[in-house]
Amino acid sequence: MTNLSPRARLATALLRTAATLSRVSGRGDGSVIGGRVGLKVEPRLLALLAENRQVALISGTNGKTTTTRFTAAALGALGPVATNSFGANMPTGHTTALAKAPEASNAVLEVDEHYLAQLLLESKPRVVALLNLSRDQLDRAMEVGMLAEKWRTALTAHPDVHVIANADDPMVTWAAQAVPRVTWVAGGQRWQEDSWACPECGKRLDRYGEYWRCTNCGLTRPSPQWSVDGDQVVDPTGQRATLSLQLPGQVNRNNAATALAIAAEFGVPLTEAVPQLSKVRSIAGRYAVVRRDGRRARLLLAKNPAGWLEAFDMLDPGVPVTLCLNAREVDGYDTSWIYDVDYSPVLGRQVLVTGDRRFDLAVRLQVNGIDFTVVDNFAAALRAAPEGNVEVIANYTAFQDIRSEFDRVN
Amino acid sequence: MSTRPSLSTLRLVWLYPDLLSTYGDRGNLQVLAYRAIGRGIDVDIVEVTSDKHMPTEGDIYLIGGGEDGPQALAADRLRADGSLPRAVNKGAVIFSVCAGYQIMGTSFMAKGEQHAGLGLLDIHSQRGDKRAVGELAGQIDPRLHVPTLTGFENHGGRTFIGPNAAPLAKVTHGIGNDGTTEGAWAGRIMGTYLHGPALARNPLLADLLLSWVTGSQLVPLDDTWPTALRNERLAAVNPKQLPPDANNAMELM
Repeated sequence: MTNLSPRARLATALLRTAATLSRVSGRGDGSVIGGRVGLKVEPRLLALLAENRQVALISGTNGKTTTTRFTAAALGALGPVATNSFGANMPTGHTTALAKAPEASNAVLEVDEHYLAQLLLESKPRVVALLNLSRDQLDRAMEVGMLAEKWRTALTAHPDVHVIANADDPMVTWAAQAVPRVTWVAGGQRWQEDSWACPECGKRLDRYGEYWRCTNCGLTRPSPQWSVDGDQVVDPTGQRATLSLQLPGQVNRNNAATALAIAAEFGVPLTEAVPQLSKVRSIAGRYAVVRRDGRRARLLLAKNPAGWLEAFDMLDPGVPVTLCLNAREVDGYDTSWIYDVDYSPVLGRQVLVTGDRRFDLAVRLQVNGIDFTVVDNFAAALRAAPEGNVEVIANYTAFQDIRSEFDRVN
Repeated sequence: MSTRPSLSTLRLVWLYPDLLSTYGDRGNLQVLAYRAIGRGIDVDIVEVTSDKHMPTEGDIYLIGGGEDGPQALAADRLRADGSLPRAVNKGAVIFSVCAGYQIMGTSFMAKGEQHAGLGLLDIHSQRGDKRAVGELAGQIDPRLHVPTLTGFENHGGRTFIGPNAAPLAKVTHGIGNDGTTEGAWAGRIMGTYLHGPALARNPLLADLLLSWVTGSQLVPLDDTWPTALRNERLAAVNPKQLPPDANNAMELM
């Protein structure tokens, strides 16, 4: 940071001021507005702030915020880390994250899938971790195959970057193979509906459990160097470490494995990194427990079919569940994807339905043969549940609405 | 055409879920099954992946939407299989959506190239100048006696209807085939650009397809929730508030 130009210094100062003003006036954490101001004054600010730092990028449809938090925690063993921990995962958010941590020599940045090419170019990362690709906001995002192609093209232009990638996801595998140095991680993948066809040749993939291959062109699941076995992570040397995560679900053990693989590349030994992960309890409200009138509601964020399937895996048995669905701009206006999710895992428990698009969910659950109660809002959902634990699964803006009812719980 | 008045088991065939099932179109299958079972009709669901031969004994065939590559592949497989025209000759009903709808016509565009369709519907499809994305509403062909069509469209196609098919609906909001009409039907073959899924948003359209098979009118179901959904969606359709351009990615905070 010491060798920044006067313009970049000015841009950084203005960025911090704008972010602070936004935050104290209660309009969010200020990451986006701050970055916008800074980049206006110095368009190369992101690249300038990333210089001379070791950067890890993390992208994928699901799990990137959690994996970023895990990775930042693990790299915390080495010293301060610059990270966009509030989920502002576009260049404005990255610029703010770097500007706010001038002393940090390591940076861990969550990257929106569509911005990977730009971040590869500007932040010159040491490591890029690719988690998964699945259908998400199809009315405004790209179809999965096109996104995989975009990643592959972007990586082809950066053959020196070390990629850490999910071997269980054919789309990710194909994109990652654009570079020579890939570390493969595998922990199983529940959602497989977006990778029936081979990304290389378009023919049908053969699948046997987690294994997959294309009999036409030979694209095959690579053997993973890192894997998850129950609650243990196995590293490339065969060393095992037992995870004791505060976060639920198999998917978070997979996210942890990716974080540990990144940490290893940065030189943090497994035995030092693993205890750091246990410190992560909730992330911008995800997995947080809020309390009201004798109800303890655990908040799970799930934005797309793959995410809802993973959320069902996290539910405590028998606990009532509230499902909240919105379809505002950032959620995507199309709710059709709720038919790609099988809701039978919530059978046999009390199911409450709310959100702007609660009638969509009502029709969906009806044809799925699941009993449910429609309520007007989250407060009514809590009242409708008996005292005790309640699980809450909400998509993006529905989740933020609930958070704001509880002082933007973190 | 044949009907099955003493129908005890409805045979639903879902074509190529491995290739064409990107936009929740599985919901059409689930809605048909739910509404048949509600009338005491047993349902036999056959999901035919693209590596399998398809049966010709189905009552209703469903085919959904998807990306260009899988669409072209699905059309090739369907033409090579040859079973679908045979099923149609036996009186089968086809409900096709988006990419599947285009495949029913004589030709369509995928990845910049023209592909031959099955020619079961007198339509052909081209690429439009920009994607049609958002809510659609329209008045369904009065001969079908089904209330207002509602759904969500997301496609780059423009479809032209020949003399041997009729539009499914006149568009009052959205784009559909060409900004004027949406979908097409002829005999027992129907196609639409709508997701939502289409039959969840239009339960009486689902009942129409079922009645084509049973040959009789169906007893009404309790449609409290589908009606609430339809009312809410039709009220939300306001021409002054079109969704923004789908290509504008926006920031999450």
